[in-house]
Parts: sequence; structure tokens; C-alpha cells
Amino acid sequence: MAMKEKIIEKILLLTAFSSIFILGLITFFIFKEGLPLILKIGIKAFLLGEKWIPSKGLFGVFPMIVSSFWVTFGALLLGIPLGLACAIFLSELIPPSVGLLLRPAIQLLAAIPSVIYGFWGLIVLVPLIQNHFGGPGLSILAGSLVLGFMILPTIITISEDSLKALPPTYKAGALALGATHWQTIWRVLIPAARSGVVASVILGMGRAIGETMAMIMILGNAVKMPTSFLDSARTLTTNIGIEMGYASGDHRQALFATGVVLFFIIMALNTLAISLSRRRVH
Amino acid sequence: MTESNPPLKMEVRGLHFYYGSNHALKNINIVIRDRQITALIGPSGCGKSTFLRTLNRLNELIPQTRIEGTIRLDGEDIYQPGTDVVALRQRVGMVFQRPNPFPKSIFENVAFGPRVLGVHTKSKIEEKVEQSLKAAALWPEVSDRLHLNALGLTLGQQQRLCIARVLAVQPEVILMDEPCSALDPLATLKIEELMQELKKKYTIVIVTHNMRQAARTSGWTGFFHLGELLEYATTEDIFTRPQNPQTENYVTGRYG
Repeated sequence: MAMKEKIIEKILLLTAFSSIFILGLITFFIFKEGLPLILKIGIKAFLLGEKWIPSKGLFGVFPMIVSSFWVTFGALLLGIPLGLACAIFLSELIPPSVGLLLRPAIQLLAAIPSVIYGFWGLIVLVPLIQNHFGGPGLSILAGSLVLGFMILPTIITISEDSLKALPPTYKAGALALGATHWQTIWRVLIPAARSGVVASVILGMGRAIGETMAMIMILGNAVKMPTSFLDSARTLTTNIGIEMGYASGDHRQALFATGVVLFFIIMALNTLAISLSRRRVH
Repeated sequence: MTESNPPLKMEVRGLHFYYGSNHALKNINIVIRDRQITALIGPSGCGKSTFLRTLNRLNELIPQTRIEGTIRLDGEDIYQPGTDVVALRQRVGMVFQRPNPFPKSIFENVAFGPRVLGVHTKSKIEEKVEQSLKAAALWPEVSDRLHLNALGLTLGQQQRLCIARVLAVQPEVILMDEPCSALDPLATLKIEELMQELKKKYTIVIVTHNMRQAARTSGWTGFFHLGELLEYATTEDIFTRPQNPQTENYVTGRYG
């Protein structure tokens, strides 16, 4: 019996480590493939270069970095108010029976494949934007709107959890002082749950920056510095997604280098989110 | 039940309270006298905390509860339709069993009440905060660190901060739900001294498990048992000449 236990333990240990091992392998691989090119053309030329013309050996990803952040920023503009409002509604205002219906629906939102979001954006949003605002329609605006919806489940679920994790005495205390329900939510509960709400936003941001498929379909993929919400754009992820199929040599390495940049951005966001959510209310 | 002076602040008649099908309070009749300390004692689960929370309608936070009977505050039934519950809770403040300061600075905790009341002038708020902290006998200990987080205070200080927070709203009645049960004896003593001071301006209703605390602090005592108010009289009578044998068993410590 003890022998059997030991074997099971070892197998579990092995599986646990194998996932970390694979993560390490991927990281190593990306860096091994990408770093040489960055060093070859110079960090500055790579990060701040504005021209991406693989046939001429020009690999500047600055427009893509800008586009990535722009699309993400737009998504947050939509996702934060909507997500926070929804989290407040779920944790404070709705009858429990409605919550039973609404919560699975929100989780379903997270389960929809991104290609479906992209398809919907392409069929519905893009023509709408083209007809009402002009431009190509395939644009940062369309991408931001779609991403805004895609990050909702992340923001809603984590914010709601952090609101629900608050001691009930905060709410009772505020109400007993003669605060209205809304004053209680806005002045006590949200500030008290602040670190969780911020973490939810940062995780949503990570999701937005990493999204590829939907963005390939609706951003228009133009490699240029975007100047307005109605411009087509190409993000870091879509750059890799579009070109990886046929790239070779330096070009291929440049795509891995794009991955290195993404890697650092996502790492920074996740670290920030973790440190914020770990911070207790002091 | 003697109903002589001092004047009545609150008057409870025929109060029944239900959690779902659980009949938690049965036909409670009691008067709360103005600027007196009224203690509510009784074994755990006897309904005294539930009763306390009917006095500021905080019980309504719990779904599926039902109430019958009347509770009058200065003659007005606080359960009649159209009662402004927010205004009621400003008049009837509450101190909880465990100190529950908000995770904000000491200053912001006390300023919370005036702010939700719509006071926005900085000097007025500062004045109110200082006044309230002084009245709660906390000012000398915190005056030089008002902007530190309130959760850094000792439990005893936190509880006095919660009292200061209630005072800043200028209530008429202060409900205290076992305010000292989380505190050490010295901190308890401070709160009890404070209550004697507050009695001059406020009507206090305190729920306590501590017989000696009830005897030391209150002028009137009610004994709750299984959702009923078995006996209500002056504290002296309850502790020296209880009429009900169950009261006698409880206050003498023979209760199982």
C-alpha cells in the first residue's frame, strides 16, 4: 500500500513538473530563435524602428507595439466600466435567482472561441463602422470593441469575487451609519476591493494584448503607425499569426523576436496582477 | 414593569420577528428610556441581537425575514410605510460585535458619516472628526496619525474609532451589539467609562453576555430567553430581586 502511494505521489510530481518544464522549454525556444536577430539589428532599431519590410531586411516593430497598446487601451475603455458595473450588479443588486442565470452566461462568454468573436466583428461591426464613421472599417475601433467584450468575463468574475470576499461587516457598518446602498458600494465596498478590481483589469489587459485570431480578422493588418481609431493596424500577435506560415531565415527569427517582446509585456502585466492581488488590505 | 420617568425614547409593542419559518422574537414589549443605558442580556441565540437590529432596521439586510408589531422612535413608528430608513439609521447608530473600521485612514473612517450626509467643507469635516474622536476618548492616542490606516490600531482603539464614527453622524440612540466581546479587560473598561460619558447625551442600548458589564453600566436591564423578553426592570431589581426564576438562574450563573 505504501509503495502504491509513493508511486502515485511521484507520478503527480512528475506531471506537475512537466508543465513547468514545457513552459521553460517554450520560453527558451522563443528566446533562442528570437534573440540573435534582435542583437543583429540592434535593440533600438528593432523596438523603435517604424518600418517592417522583411524583403528588405527591415524589422521595426514599433507600430505594432503602439497598435497593441492602442487596441488594448480601447478595449479597457469599454471593458472596465461595463465589467465593473456588471460585477457590482451581480454581487450587490440582483436577486439570487437572476444571478444563477447570469453567471453561467458570463462564463459562456469566456468559452466562445475567439474566431467567432472575430467573425461577428467582421460581419457586424466592420460594416457598421465603415458606414457610420468612414475609413476601411477594419480598424482599431472594431478591434477594441470586440476585445472589450472578450475581456468582460475576466473583469467581471475577478471583480465580483473580490467584492464578495469582503467582510459583510463593511456593508453593515456603512449602512448602519446611514449611508445609502449606493454610497456604501461606491465609498466603502469598491475602495476596499480595489486591489482585486485592479488585478482583474490587468489580467483582462493581458488577455487583450495576447488575442490573435479575432484581431487578424478585424484589424486590417496594415503595417503602419496608426493615427486614429479608424485606422487599420497590426498588433504584435497578429504579426506573428499572419506571417509565420511562410517566413524563413531572418524574417522567421524576427517573428520570434516579436514573441520575445510580447513575452516581456505579458510577464510584466501578470507579475503586476499577482503582486496586487496578493496585497492585503492594510 | 415600572414606566415612570425618565421619558421614553423608543417604545416597542407586540414585536414578532421571523427568519423564514423560524419565530425568532415573540411578542416583545419594551420601552427604551431617553439618555439611559439599557442592557439586554440572555443566553446565546435568545434573540437579543436580532432584537437590537430591529431597532435600526438592519435586519432587513437578511432576506426572507418578516416583522410584526410596532417600534416607535419619539412616537413615530419606524416600520410604517414610507419611513426613510437611511435617515432612521442616522438617528439610531450602531456599534458592532467585532470592531469593523473601513480599510481607510482613521480620519476617513470618522469623516465617512459627515461625508455621506453631504458635508463637504474641509474645515467642517476636520472639526467634526476631531470632536468625535475626542468624544470617543480616542483623540490623544491618534491625533498625530490620523492618516494612517485604521486597521493598524489595536482592537480596543478600533472599537472606540467605530464609536467615534457613529458619533460623527450625531445619532440620538446608539445600539451596541456586544461591543466588548473581542476586547481585553482594559479596553473593555475604557469602553464602559466612555459609555457613562456618552449617556449624558445619547440613549444607549447594549447587548452583552457579560453579567457584570450589564450590572456595572446599565440603568435598565431586559432578560431575553428563547425569543421572549422574560423580564424587564431596573438593573438593580434584575440583579438583586429578579421576579422570574429563569432570570434569577441566569444572573446568578446557575443557568445551564
